Amino acid sequence: MASLLDPILQGLLLGGLYTMFAIGLSLIFGVMRLVNIAHGDFIVLAAYMAHAVLVATGWHPLATLLIVVPVMAGLGYALQRVVLARTLGDDILPPLLVTFGVAVIIQNGLLSAFTSNALRLPSRELETASLALGSLNIGVLPLLTLAVAVALIFGLETLFARTAIGRAFRATSDDPETATAIGVKTPHLFALATALCFATIAIAGVFLAMRSNFDPFAGPARLLFGFEAVIIGGLGSFWGTLAGGLILGVAQSLGAQISPQFQVLAGHIVFFLILAIRPRGLFPKTA
Amino acid sequence: MMQSTAAIEATGLSKSYGALAVTRDVSFALEPGCALGIIGPNGAGKTTLFNLLTGAVRPDAGSIRFAGKDISPTDARARCRMGISRSFQVPQPFSGLTVFENALVAATFAQGISEQAARPQAEDALRRTGLWPKTAKKAGELGLLDRKRLELARAIATAPKLLLLDEIAGGLTDAECVELIQLIRSIKESGVTIIWIEHVLHALLSIVDRVMVLDFGQKIAEGEPRDIMQSPEVAAIYLGLDGENTHA
Repeated sequence: MASLLDPILQGLLLGGLYTMFAIGLSLIFGVMRLVNIAHGDFIVLAAYMAHAVLVATGWHPLATLLIVVPVMAGLGYALQRVVLARTLGDDILPPLLVTFGVAVIIQNGLLSAFTSNALRLPSRELETASLALGSLNIGVLPLLTLAVAVALIFGLETLFARTAIGRAFRATSDDPETATAIGVKTPHLFALATALCFATIAIAGVFLAMRSNFDPFAGPARLLFGFEAVIIGGLGSFWGTLAGGLILGVAQSLGAQISPQFQVLAGHIVFFLILAIRPRGLFPKTA
Repeated sequence: MMQSTAAIEATGLSKSYGALAVTRDVSFALEPGCALGIIGPNGAGKTTLFNLLTGAVRPDAGSIRFAGKDISPTDARARCRMGISRSFQVPQPFSGLTVFENALVAATFAQGISEQAARPQAEDALRRTGLWPKTAKKAGELGLLDRKRLELARAIATAPKLLLLDEIAGGLTDAECVELIQLIRSIKESGVTIIWIEHVLHALLSIVDRVMVLDFGQKIAEGEPRDIMQSPEVAAIYLGLDGENTHA
């Protein structure tokens, strides 16, 4: 039993990172029913951006967030206003195709700008620091990742439940036409949602880059893990997304106990089982 | 003369979808605080006229003046901010939001004010419409009468100067209808100008000052309710309708 405790704990911590990947997906799907295929690639783009800032300034990796978060949020706002707004409509195919194209552009753009060599943000003492908990060791960086992920979920949940902009997000998600009729500026609102999404992408990118190597083609796997977390948790529910991320992390961690090659597959199998038993996820939003 | 005093004035409004003319050269003017009833058979272009007034649909020709200003070029959101508010024929509450949040979102965004400032208005709208006891309920859980009330609450929470009501009395029991009439009368008495499309004629006629009749997108009569209801054109149209909608 004790032997399982450690992988479960490590899985929960890993789940924090997956939750970060998933938050932005959950957010923009919730508000405008948009699935961004380039989501993972934007996470990797943010990681490269953080690396460039670190090289230029010599700052601590966490300090790069001060630049990467606003820049990515601005990029998200502009992307929605200029590109994605034109793809939204009754047909769900255009946004998928366009963001797929964006994904290809980002991957190849990063490849030609930075080569395919893997990079990493050296997080100095954070990388190795750990806390002893009885017989278990908890890495400080994974713990920080999980804490930030939970804080983001809590923050967004509060924003959606208690603020004017959050209510407008939910109203627009329910019925964009009526929302416009009562005076909500939906194009601006959608762009704000995308900006928020990209702020979470920036944070996810920096934490990814501190925890593991990344290269121009690391995006699609991040998208997949994020997507699985969102679906496991149920669309439109932030707490569900957190639960989905944690379940995916634990499943992968336990799978790795059986065999290292089994890690990712175990995650997919759990995703598949949950989808088969509860097609709408564990905590779907009810109308 | 009327041009300077009218709350809303439409001149020569026309709208076609392909070969189908749904609004043909419709003009009318309404003074502040008055209520205009619009009647006509299904497909007469009544709801399209509302869409033209709110800015949801652009006219092919014609202009609209609101409180003396030409609002023809402005979009739906801007007109909402100016004080034009509508209820929908089929109630369209934000079903995932609570009753209170529905009114709050409307009051906040229609006027561009803070939630803090909008709260008392949302509360007032819900109290006036009798929804206050259900304020914490999800709007998706409401029955038909309450959905209609919420539709109205959301419209009056925006502090409208002009309220457009689209068949709000349809589908209600007689007792519910009486309640609704009282509510609409109180809104009118508070100085709101009202345009009301309605098939339930006794409800309509107990409120409105004037009636306009549309048929095939055209205005065929306008005047005092009593005169209009006795006119042969209206009788001809309404004889063609089924009894359920016309018994007054």
